[in-house]
Amino acid sequence: MTFPLLLVLAAGLFSTGLYGALSQQSIVMIMMGIELMIGGVVVAAACFWRFLAPAAGAGQVVIVTAVVAMAVEMALGFAVTTALFRARRVDTTDDAGELRG
Amino acid sequence: MTEVLLAVSGVAALTGGVLVFTLDSMARVTFALLGSLVCVGGVVALLGLPYLGVVIVLMMVMEMLIMAVFMVAYMMNPAGLMPMSMLHNKRGAAAVSGGVFLALVAGIALAPWPDRAGAPPRDSTVQVGAELMRGQMLTMVTLGFVLLATMVSATVLATRRGRYDRFGDDLDRPAHDPVSGGVGR
Amino acid sequence: MTDPMTGPVAGRAAQPVAEAGAWWAVPAAPALLLGLAVLTVAAGAVLDARDAGRAVTPRTALRPLLDVAHALVRQPRRLPASDRLLWRLGVVTVPVSAVLAVLVVPFGGHAVADPSVGLVWFNAMEVLTWAGLWLAGWGPNAALSLVGGYRFLAQGLAYELPLMFALISAATGAGSLRTGAIVAAQQDLWFAVWMPVAFAVHLLGVLAFSFTGPFAYPTGRDLAGGVLGEVGGADRLLLRAGRRLWLAAGAAMAVPLFLGGGAGPGLPAWAWSLVKTLLVLAVLVAAERRLPVLRADRWVEFAWVVLLPLSVVQALVPALVVL
Repeated sequence: MTFPLLLVLAAGLFSTGLYGALSQQSIVMIMMGIELMIGGVVVAAACFWRFLAPAAGAGQVVIVTAVVAMAVEMALGFAVTTALFRARRVDTTDDAGELRG
Repeated sequence: MTEVLLAVSGVAALTGGVLVFTLDSMARVTFALLGSLVCVGGVVALLGLPYLGVVIVLMMVMEMLIMAVFMVAYMMNPAGLMPMSMLHNKRGAAAVSGGVFLALVAGIALAPWPDRAGAPPRDSTVQVGAELMRGQMLTMVTLGFVLLATMVSATVLATRRGRYDRFGDDLDRPAHDPVSGGVGR
Repeated sequence: MTDPMTGPVAGRAAQPVAEAGAWWAVPAAPALLLGLAVLTVAAGAVLDARDAGRAVTPRTALRPLLDVAHALVRQPRRLPASDRLLWRLGVVTVPVSAVLAVLVVPFGGHAVADPSVGLVWFNAMEVLTWAGLWLAGWGPNAALSLVGGYRFLAQGLAYELPLMFALISAATGAGSLRTGAIVAAQQDLWFAVWMPVAFAVHLLGVLAFSFTGPFAYPTGRDLAGGVLGEVGGADRLLLRAGRRLWLAAGAAMAVPLFLGGGAGPGLPAWAWSLVKTLLVLAVLVAAERRLPVLRADRWVEFAWVVLLPLSVVQALVPALVVL
């Protein structure tokens, strides 16, 4: 019973993050949504490792990759926000519709 | 016992996730997300992966603190003293994410999940280390290069003064940095 | 059951070890940590009195402890539009994370728990102070206090990576993240002897995560106290206690990581652990009083340009020797 419930938790985290990423205007908040989505992926991967294939280390590698993806997303997201803010003084996606500098 | 802890941290993770998009104060939002992701780390640790779980907690604390710095820097109302809406396309977003959630739950309920194959290792930390250094070496190397590329490109994007701004077009004049730094350059 | 992963590394780390310690370790570890922290406070008061030319009496050492009761009954400070929840959370996090970190520190062969990821646990708890101090700076809705929180983050970004490499050096030398295994690996030679850079970086890191001595920048006088500027009463007591608890926890962790834990001739293991911890603590207390406060920009550049490469090279040494 634990297995499907944990997967529902993963789906819930993913969908909550997706709602935030779609509905928020501020780039910082969108990144928070994406973090939450990747958090859902991490829970699902841990769940699959534990309940379906604990002998395969590749399941853990998926989690490592997801955590690295979180770090990369954060670093590049803030770098782009900083560059954008320097050039245009905006921090919301609605004002950054075009990428002309 | 493990089930109870799993349930508690699972519910806490989901609650934190919802609070991220309902609270007004951006500082509280950031720390709601931190709480949610720390609970995710707890779930991972409880599922028999203590190393990855603790590393997730460690990384998320550092990440969210950096996030807090940028949140204060870039958002117009970080303390939430004047509640305001910063949303667009609420209905569409709710429909899409609700649909995704229902589809995922339907998939969870209907998918013919296989039985567990193999037994868990005695030490899952050894398993992930050996896997990364043996079978998944290529993944590890790729991740390393991705991180290096991220560091370089993030610095290039975010910096205001590159080396040509500091040392001139021919790199021959002294850099007049506004802040000198600690090793006397 | 056959383990699919056999090999030198897998074989060594996969030995079954009891993870939970004795029941009496649960109250004993925080009590011991508190005792060590109180000792540093008393030592600081005595040294202050000596430097000021006052007579050193038992009363001198006890005076800061009398302030504890005073701080407890004092009314907490209230500020307009402060974020009380986050403020309290931050103030409580600093001492609590110190106590949680010390759960995995073996003292004379006993630890509350010796999990397979003890070292990472210690590191994660130490990073929690980042959150605690930033929140303690954010909560009061005061500019100087928040600047103090930022200063700690700047320091944190500088000290954290060298410190992680120092911890990794010890773990690589033992081939395990378990603190008990790290102690066991030093039976022949202490890690401090052949990893001096890692040991020094760890001691610097201890001063940095207890934001004291050269790293007292977040509480600087130029900021009217920084993160300590707006807190009063019990909150102030908790933050200052957290500072001393972290100093004691870091010193206690240096012993199993680099000084062979409870190993030594003649005396029992707990006595050696105590002696070594007290010596490290004495060095730290002396250092924090002698060294001037470093500005974050100077420290960041020094940490990234000098300390980080050094600690990476240091981490390579056990990697080449052991693996």
